[in-house]
Formats: sequence, structure tokens, C-alpha cells
Amino acid sequence: MLVGEKGIITELCLENIPLNLLEMGCLPGNELELVQLAPLSDPLYLRIDNTFLAIRKETAAFIQITKI
Amino acid sequence: MLKSKTIKISLVGNPNTGKTSLFNVLTGLNQKVGNYPGITVDKKQGQCKLSNTVSGIVTDLPGTYSINPTSIDESIVLDTLLNNQNEDYPDVVVVVADIENLKRNLLLFTQIKDLEIPTILAINMADQMKSKGISFDKETLERELKTKIILVSARKNTGIEELKEAIISYNSSDLSPVASIAYRMDHEFFEDVKLKFKDKHSLYKSWLLITQHQSATFITDEEHKIIHEFRSDIKKIEKLQHKETVLRYSVINEILKKGYRVNRSEGTDIRAYLDKILTHKIFGYFLFTFILLAIFQSVFNLASYPMDFIDTSFAEMSSYLSSKLPSGPFSDLLSEGVIPGIGGIVIFIPQIAILFFFIAILEETGYMSRVVFLMDKVMRRFGLNGKSVIPLISGTACAVPAIMATRNINNWKERLITILVTPFTTCSARLPVYVIIIAVVIPNKMLYGVFNLQGLIMMSLYLIGFISAIIAAYVLSKFIKTNEQSFFVIEMPNYKFPSFKNVFITVIERTKAFVFGAGKIILSISIVLWFLASNGPESYKNAESLVKLQQIDELNDEEFEQQLASYKLQHSYIGILGKTIEPAIAPLGYDWKMGIAIISSFAAREVFVSTLATIYSVESDEQMTTIKERLIAEVNPTTQKRRFDLPTGMSLLIFYAFALQCAGTVAIVKRETKSWKWPLIQFVGMGIIAYITAFITYNIF
Repeated sequence: MLVGEKGIITELCLENIPLNLLEMGCLPGNELELVQLAPLSDPLYLRIDNTFLAIRKETAAFIQITKI
Repeated sequence: MLKSKTIKISLVGNPNTGKTSLFNVLTGLNQKVGNYPGITVDKKQGQCKLSNTVSGIVTDLPGTYSINPTSIDESIVLDTLLNNQNEDYPDVVVVVADIENLKRNLLLFTQIKDLEIPTILAINMADQMKSKGISFDKETLERELKTKIILVSARKNTGIEELKEAIISYNSSDLSPVASIAYRMDHEFFEDVKLKFKDKHSLYKSWLLITQHQSATFITDEEHKIIHEFRSDIKKIEKLQHKETVLRYSVINEILKKGYRVNRSEGTDIRAYLDKILTHKIFGYFLFTFILLAIFQSVFNLASYPMDFIDTSFAEMSSYLSSKLPSGPFSDLLSEGVIPGIGGIVIFIPQIAILFFFIAILEETGYMSRVVFLMDKVMRRFGLNGKSVIPLISGTACAVPAIMATRNINNWKERLITILVTPFTTCSARLPVYVIIIAVVIPNKMLYGVFNLQGLIMMSLYLIGFISAIIAAYVLSKFIKTNEQSFFVIEMPNYKFPSFKNVFITVIERTKAFVFGAGKIILSISIVLWFLASNGPESYKNAESLVKLQQIDELNDEEFEQQLASYKLQHSYIGILGKTIEPAIAPLGYDWKMGIAIISSFAAREVFVSTLATIYSVESDEQMTTIKERLIAEVNPTTQKRRFDLPTGMSLLIFYAFALQCAGTVAIVKRETKSWKWPLIQFVGMGIIAYITAFITYNIF
């Protein structure tokens, strides 16, 4: 996924996603956009719906999306 | 309508919703903060006038995304809201949401609503509704969420009166839950919960008790057992917590469809533009370094004027008092104990206030989160977390609030390492020690015409602080083992122009807490020291005749007085104490007087300066008023050279850079790690490092 691209969250691997990420709205059906990458592509700066947040690459690996 | 004249109100909300701003609007400066404040860290309380007859006590609870206890802050919130024996148990909860992120904010709201406590929903930043393209149907949402909704703007000060009225009439609140989700989560499981708890608590409350990491303090032994039983299958509990979140969101989505719409258009232009620059792969770091340098520079430059002024005025006040008051123990206590002691505290205020001012601005604007984002990868190499940056920067003001700010690091290992290494950063208590020693031993000259040598040494001490923190973190990360997964989630809030009211209140509160917290220790140590220095055993009392006996040559009065004073100091209690430890510190280049200062500064570093002031004012003459002058004049009796020469000075600087001499830090580390193990390791470890490095330094120079 490139900076500026968007997608819809399709699936989450719930065991490997911290609860507070879910609480911030990272749920199937919500729109996700890659806003910015830190050097070495880690962490990732995302927009999920209306919330802007940053997570590490290893966590992002458990979020599946389809691009739009 | 009213039962009592004082209503207890709890403010709850997500971080970055302007909850603290609303708290400031409601309470103004009538705030009381627990030991050490952090912006949303500790429990803050304030008085608020609701009407002519009713007043309120507002508690600002830490910002959280939910009441599922995944961090200490959330546990505080949960404990306050579940335990009706808690002194802060509210009559009414005000959930603060922000209009733009309503969906996410409502997660917390529905949880609290399901606790069946009177709840009001205050939607903040309502003034931005139009500009963000948000349409909002208040009546529908009030009906669906079964609550009173108040639109407020803490910044523009609108809707506050309406909110107060709603608080006063909290008794008319609808107590029914919005999302009875327990059975939908897992019917069988919750039948079991209901059966075991025998309807003593509501089903949802029982569930929350089960999800606590640490069992609540207010429940019976029997309930402990039940909870323990349920928690034996922790995987299931976690799964259910995830399910709860998903279900709640589906309930919220249904409700919001009926009365809330966002036409997200542009609006995010400025944000995107600023992010491009501030989180840029190269330029972002460059800018961060520049901002840090600018902050430290201005802290030094701006603070030096009031500090010089404070230093000289206290010295003058001392000599004025001792010349005006009739001489005696009371006059001595004032001019040699109390006044230098208070001066030693007041001198800190400029630097601390200025540093807190800048940190508050970085937090308020939303820039701090960008720094966390930029630094995470780098910090992880050393076993730290991007969020460790905030404690390490705040540590330059004071380690105590900095260590409390580690609470939002979710991973225990990364948090523990951050706690352990934060005291390496140069806190403001070290500054007076550095300032005075540098002024005494380092010549004030320019290097290559641009660098001030004294400033350069000061800068290096700061660098030593940061670098040793990082190295220590790396070493610790190899020793501390954990099998906990490391998660990192941080919200990136919108950029905001800092509210000066918020910044001002933060600075006042933090400085006040520091002055009164540390001040008590400093002042009392100063008085104890004065007493120990002006009293002693037999040889002290007979000093006059003993000095006379020793003298072969005739001395004039003035010389005699000096001999007497120095003899008295050596034979006072404190002199005896210093002499006892002299062999241990002689390899580092210190004499017994510095020994006294080091001993007394084990409770708080800054005491070093006021101790030296006390010791030397006991024996020096009137003309030399400032501490600096006295230290320069001090002579080593065996070599007849200056006592504070370069090797000794450098050795002292290094010793203070590493030793953990701060009772406050030890106490807070004990509290945050819940054991004496870590503060002891930290104290001994840093002490050993300090001794060895000071020894090496003394022998190099």
C-alpha cells in the first residue's frame, strides 16, 4: 500500500490486535487510508474513518483491506 | 429537586476531546492536584459554582478510550465509577465527546451509560460543526442515547451555563442502559455470571469486575474467588472484550445513522500540509532537533536573569537581617538556615516554569504525537518506545512527573525501561549544582570566538544525560525478559493553536506542585543542617578556650574570629559526620565539606547548593555575599590552592550527572513499579556508575 491510498478493512486477526486499536474504530467495514510512513516504513500513520493514529508495521500486518 | 448543596461530578472522555479545557473552564484556578500532576495523568479536582446555591466538586479523570482496563489510567477511571464507597464516586458523570469523532467517543459513553449512573453527554467543539460539514440531530440522539446532550465549546466558552443547569438537575436523568449487550456477547457465559454473582451487581458491572487485571479493593473475599474462577480462562475474557467492542460499535452505528452525518470534504488541508513537513523523513528529525535546541537555549537565557536576581536578593536579605536583628540563635536560624533554604527553592522557579511552558505548548498543539511517531523505530532499537520520548524530554524538568507520564506505554518492559532510565536525563534539580560548579571552575571565555566555554560544558552535560539514558536502556533491554507482545497505538490529534489558559494553568500547577513538594524537603533539610552545623559535642562548646590554647603567635581579633569559626565547624556534629565519610570520597577529590553537601543532597540534589551556602555562611565573613564568591575563595589547607579546582569540579559534575539523589524519584518509582526492587536497583546502580565515573574523571583532569 502506498502513501495516500485508501481501502476498506475486511478482516482483522483479533488475537493479535490490541483492544485499544479496536476501541479507536479499527473494525471491519471502516475506511482506512495510509497517511504517512516513518523512515523504514515503520510505524504507519493511518486514518481510520475519522480517527488519525499510528501503529507499528507488525500490528498492521494483521489488518486486511481491499483497496478502493 | 436538590438533595445536597454539593454535587460530585466526574469528567470522563477520550484523550484530545478538550476534556481538560472544559475542566479548566468549569473550575478556573480552583484546582487541587494530587502529588504530582501530568496533563491527564493524575486525579485532578476542582471547585465549581453551579448556581447561587449549588456548588460542585469536579474530578477530571484520566483520558481513556474505554473503561476496559488495559492501562493504569483506565483502571483509575473504572475504580472511581464502580466503587460507590470511593470518595470520588460521582453523583453524575459528564462524558466529554468531540463533535468530529463522535462515533469513537460514544463507545466510552455507552459503557458508562450501562453502569446506570446519571450521565450527561457534553459534545465539545460544537462551534466547528459547520466548518467540518457535520449535521447533527440533537433530539433524535438524545432519545436514542437516553441522555441529555449539551453542545459546548470550551474554547469559545459557550454552552457552559446549559451544562451547569443539566448537572444541577441530574436527578431527572434516564438511568436505563443504551446497549444491553451482555447476553448478545455470550448467552451461556453471562447466565453463569448472573448465577454466581447472585444479582448483587448489575450484569455489566459484574463483567467489568471480571475484566480487571488487579482485583478491585472494594469487593468481598467470596467475590474475589468467583472472579478468579472466571479469569482462569483469560483467552476467553479477552475474546469477549473484543466482541464487546465490535457489538458496541454496531449499536452506535445504528444510532448515529439516525441523527449524525459528516460530509467529509476538504477541512483536513492544513493538517495534511503540516504533517507533510513535520513528519517528513528527513526534515521532521531536523526540525525536532532544532525545536529541542531552541527550547533549551531559551530556558537558559531567559531564566538566567531572574535567577541572578533571586540569588543576590536572598543573599542581601540574609545579611540585612543579621545586621538588623539582635544577634542570637533566632537571628542565626533566620539568616543562616531559613532564608538561604527558601532561596534555594525559589531559584528554581524560573527554569522549571519556562521548561514546563514549552512542554505544555508541544503537547497542546499536537506536535508531541508526531515526535512519538517519528521516534518509535529509533527508540525501539534501544528497548524503548516512541512514547518514551515524552518522559525523556519532561525528565529535563523533573523526573517525577516524567515517570508518571510513562503510564501510556502499554508494554510493560518498554515502560519499565523508560522508568529506569528517565532519571539519567538532566533534571532541573541538577541545574543549580551544574550552574554553580561551572561558574566556579570553568573560565568564562569564548572558544573560536563563537562558543562560550561554560555553555559548552553545560550542553555536554545534557548530552551525557541523554546518551547515558539510551545506553542504559539498551543494556537493560538485554537483561529484562518478557513474553508480552509489544503493541503500539497512538492517536494523532488535529493540530491546534495552543489555548493559553490551558498552558498557563498547566505551568502554574506543575510548578506549584514542584515547589511545595520538593520545597518542604529542601527547607527542612536546610534547618536541620544549620542546627547540626551550629551545635556539637564538648570540643565544640569549649571552642573559644581551645583555640586560644592552640595559638602561639598573637592574632588580631579578625584572624582569631576566623580561626574560631573554622574550628567550630570542624567540631560541630556535621563536621564530624563529614570527616567520617571523607576517606570514602577522597579518591573522587572531595573534602569533608563537600561530603556534607553530598550526604544532605541524597534526599534532593538541589540541596547541595543551599548546603554549601549554609556551611560557608557559618564561617565566612560578611563581604562575600554570593555562594559563588565563597566557593572561589575556598582554599585547600594542605596545598594552599583553590579547593574547587578543575579536577574536583569536573568530578562533582559527573557525580551529580549519574547519582540518583532524589527521594521523590525513588518514591514514585516504587509506586509505579509496585515494588522496592526496581527503585533499589536503580539507586544502587546509578550510585555505582556515579562513583566510578567521578573517580575516572578526577584522575583524568
